[in-house]
Amino acid sequence: MRKQILAVFLAMALMAGLLCGCGGATTQTPAASDETTNSSGAKHANEIVVGIAQDPDDSLDPYQMVAAGTREVMFNVFEGLVKPNADGDYVCAVASDYEKSADGLTYTFTLRDGVVFHNGQGCTVEDVLYSFETCAATSVTKAVVTALSAITDIHAEGNTIIITLDAPNPDFLSYVSSVYIVPKGYDQQATAPVGTGPFRFASRSVQENFILERNEAYYGQGASLDKVTYKIYEDNNALFTALNSGALDLVAHLTVDQVNNLSNGYQVLEGTMNLVQALYLNNAVAPFDNELVRQALCYAVDVDAMLELTADGHGTKVGSSMYPAFGKYFDPALAEKYPHDVEKAKELLKEAGYENGFSFTITVPSNYQPHVDTAVVLVEQLKEVGVTAQIQQVEWNTWLSDVYSARNFESTVCGFDASTLNASAMLARWVSDNGKNMINYSNPQYDEVFAQAQAAADEAEQTALYKQCLEILSDTAANVYLQDLADFVAINPAVQGFTFYPLYVIDMSLLSIVE
Amino acid sequence: MKYFIKKSCTLIITLFIVSLLAFLAFQVIPGDPTTALLGTEATAEAREALRQELGLDQPVLLRYFDWLLNFLHGDMGTSYNYRMPVADMLSDKLPITAILTLMSFAFTVVLSIPLGIWAGSTKSRALDLGVTVLDQIIMSVPQFFLGMLACYVFGNLFRLFVPGNFVSYTVSWGACLGYMVLPALAIAIPRIAMTVKMLRSSIQTQLQQDYVRTSRSRGSGRSKILRRHVLKNALIPVITFLAVSAAEIMTGSIIVEQVFTIPGISRLLLASISNRDFPVVQAIVVVVAAWIVIVNFVADLLYQLVDPRIRLR
Amino acid sequence: MKKRANVFLWAGGILSGLMLCIIILGYFWTPYDPTAMDPKAKFCAPSLNHLLGTDNFGRDIFSRVVDGAGTSFFIALCVVAIGCLAGILIGSLCGYYGGLPDLILTRVCDSITAFPAFLLALVIVTVAGPGTENIILALGILFIPSFARIVRSEFARCRELNYIKSAKLMGAGGMRIMFRHILPNTFPVLLSAVTIGFNNAVLSEASMSFLGIGIQPPYASLGSMLSDSQSFLHSAPWYALGTGGAIVLLILGFSLLSEGLQLKGQR
Repeated sequence: MRKQILAVFLAMALMAGLLCGCGGATTQTPAASDETTNSSGAKHANEIVVGIAQDPDDSLDPYQMVAAGTREVMFNVFEGLVKPNADGDYVCAVASDYEKSADGLTYTFTLRDGVVFHNGQGCTVEDVLYSFETCAATSVTKAVVTALSAITDIHAEGNTIIITLDAPNPDFLSYVSSVYIVPKGYDQQATAPVGTGPFRFASRSVQENFILERNEAYYGQGASLDKVTYKIYEDNNALFTALNSGALDLVAHLTVDQVNNLSNGYQVLEGTMNLVQALYLNNAVAPFDNELVRQALCYAVDVDAMLELTADGHGTKVGSSMYPAFGKYFDPALAEKYPHDVEKAKELLKEAGYENGFSFTITVPSNYQPHVDTAVVLVEQLKEVGVTAQIQQVEWNTWLSDVYSARNFESTVCGFDASTLNASAMLARWVSDNGKNMINYSNPQYDEVFAQAQAAADEAEQTALYKQCLEILSDTAANVYLQDLADFVAINPAVQGFTFYPLYVIDMSLLSIVE
Repeated sequence: MKYFIKKSCTLIITLFIVSLLAFLAFQVIPGDPTTALLGTEATAEAREALRQELGLDQPVLLRYFDWLLNFLHGDMGTSYNYRMPVADMLSDKLPITAILTLMSFAFTVVLSIPLGIWAGSTKSRALDLGVTVLDQIIMSVPQFFLGMLACYVFGNLFRLFVPGNFVSYTVSWGACLGYMVLPALAIAIPRIAMTVKMLRSSIQTQLQQDYVRTSRSRGSGRSKILRRHVLKNALIPVITFLAVSAAEIMTGSIIVEQVFTIPGISRLLLASISNRDFPVVQAIVVVVAAWIVIVNFVADLLYQLVDPRIRLR
Repeated sequence: MKKRANVFLWAGGILSGLMLCIIILGYFWTPYDPTAMDPKAKFCAPSLNHLLGTDNFGRDIFSRVVDGAGTSFFIALCVVAIGCLAGILIGSLCGYYGGLPDLILTRVCDSITAFPAFLLALVIVTVAGPGTENIILALGILFIPSFARIVRSEFARCRELNYIKSAKLMGAGGMRIMFRHILPNTFPVLLSAVTIGFNNAVLSEASMSFLGIGIQPPYASLGSMLSDSQSFLHSAPWYALGTGGAIVLLILGFSLLSEGLQLKGQR
């Protein structure tokens, strides 16, 4: 008996010994944990730690990236011939100059001298041609593929690239910016991306971190920071706890509640998310096939009160499928079209034959708290007019397949943003036969006006037509349009230069540390 | 030996069923991995091409045996999302969960046995009641609430600990182990309470046995009896209980990793399920299930070893 | 150990009874509507108006805790009922008749237990979609093996006892023997398994809701509230403490009760 007990204790001691072994190693390795900066402590290096709530769990291939979170990070690594700046204009990047012919059919890009890829290889016109070819063949963004398919000829002359289109496209430059320039023949982009941007990809550890380092060979002014470490939390609560304890220098996309609860001395900046949040209604299912019902819901919902409850009044009402950063098209008057009016809503419901109300389901992607919060408030508000809504939270992936692709839903709260900086990115989806017309919106008048806008060669005329599209969406109450969410950024006061973009990106090259 | 072989056979069969269940379960989940990979804007052709590339157009059973064969050869496939070999991802994440599990197991053993012996051998009505009540209360606190309390008390009030600021062992062992102390305790404390309770009642049962009375009457000291006779017998059930605990601690880590945002395999698992990253999910499920089955197997054997009478059952 | 009052039985009974009363009362009346929002009363600290304070929507936490405890209680009850009934059925058949079906079912039960419980529940809920019924279903299935195992071993033991053998000789049918003669003998063991199972069910439901796959908002269970409260741990600690405290009390009551029952059984 004694031997047996002894054996068991030995086994246990062995396990404990293993652990001690682990502990013993601590003395040998220097504690590198000092590297993670504390906002109250002193800086050790010219680097920052950024907290992100979403793992860039994608392919890192520039044409295969899907997740907004991945694009947000990789914006710093990849560049096109031109790239967007904070004002929403396109500025030269890999190209040093470009020219557009008078008829809008020919674009001539001059390759910048001395552009070097992160792997040390110089960038040539061959690489540019290869990039266009690969992007057109493999990109997962259909709009880009479509735009590139309009190219009838692309060739190089010396250090210029000449592109000819079959029809003028006022938005063409925005698609050129999506064609990231990559070295010809390099096939490791999915895991070890190489681009020309101000930062180069250094390493990533799944669900832990994602590290970018300064591109020393950058042609322009380049980045000021040596290193940016993205720490991945995948959980907003955990991200916030870490921020609150001072472990992070920069966190974007915070909610107002989180900002109010922030105890450390962070500087807080407010911008908008650049998306249109709405209660999207499936126009093909009853009762939402009835315009009166949709309008009744618009009257029943009190957007101001919702903003007050979810975000202390922060956020911008939208009223149609366009967000304020698109100053050219955005019309604030549309946001006031359906003031909160319970009586009017009840009247419309009565007229539509739903005197006693009805019930329906709001399907919400669970990974995004603001949408869930909004849905919770909507349920309370709709009770007032006798409409019973139920919330069903689904995982993002289920949402994509059931709601977005299969269109098997009654209503959903989500946000649509623009992948490229042009109006059609927001409006094309509501054309009756568009593959992305998730809500089955079907309005011949809208289709016609949108087609006219697309064909318009004159920019002013095009803008007017796009605006008309927005009015139609609002008049017919295609959806219960809500808001462009407020976007809060908490930043270590020592870090300067943060700039909001009209796209979902954070430009790390503009940041610098001041002591 | 015969017992060992028989047990080994059931072990292998169980593992086989688990792997089959793991594989099949994820075939019925709604949601197509290609949607997650290609996003909302991809064309139907691109989707179909990817399905073929990933082999999703093959019949399920064929895929299962393909996968099983590769798995046995150490090839766990490639993650749909990260496009990395699953084996690489696991070898990166498994040590983190292993550290957490081992650490909380060590806490359980090191703290519960002395506490249990002390509580079992001290004769005092007040202490008796106190220990039992305290035990009951601790066992009623869910691990994630304990974790949250620890975050609040040590993170927000005392500022001794930065919740979420995990440092990987690849960067620094010291910082990594330091971060793991609270999560490991959050898993261990309810286990400790259970073990103490068990050891205590086990010791008290032994103390009432006839052999104790006999030794007493022969004039042996109380502590000597305790050391030489009672403990030996009292520890037997506790040892198997601890071995089974090793399996439960692993399961407990699923939720505690979430509270403390430790990037171990549990968080990878949860993320992979929602991404429909099947190769990763299957590999993790099989690894975790294997751990549980093997630990239970070892527990069985240990039980045999310390008390051969069991073999008769 | 002889005439000592069974403190645990008393304490557990009183605590559980109290919780039960509050829960039952909560089905009919709560101080505030658990889903009613008040933008003017966000994050109020506990006071006489709001016993446990208010949350980020200005909802009364006490009302939500009562409501959430009711939901958790209901789910746990259903889960234990499913697990127990199905477990009795499977366990009794396997234990009494033995043979190949017994072997297969035991192996399947073992495999289910080898799965991390959450994972299986997670899979079921992902397949069936979240919602109260599906959680009950998922957890109910998970609870079958443990009950089945207990019942099976009891039946296997009793099968060999003399009084059953004599009942058989007297020509009693299998069903009659199983449910009239053996089943009542398993009640003491089952009773403590039920109280422990109940606690596990409350815990599992809370854990699942904590991971965000449980009860759907705006309705609350204790787990989902605790998960929400994590964001406000620093600024509104009462949110987490009130909710977590309620979970602890609910479980504590039943675990004291089961401890008391076991003591009573030993005497």
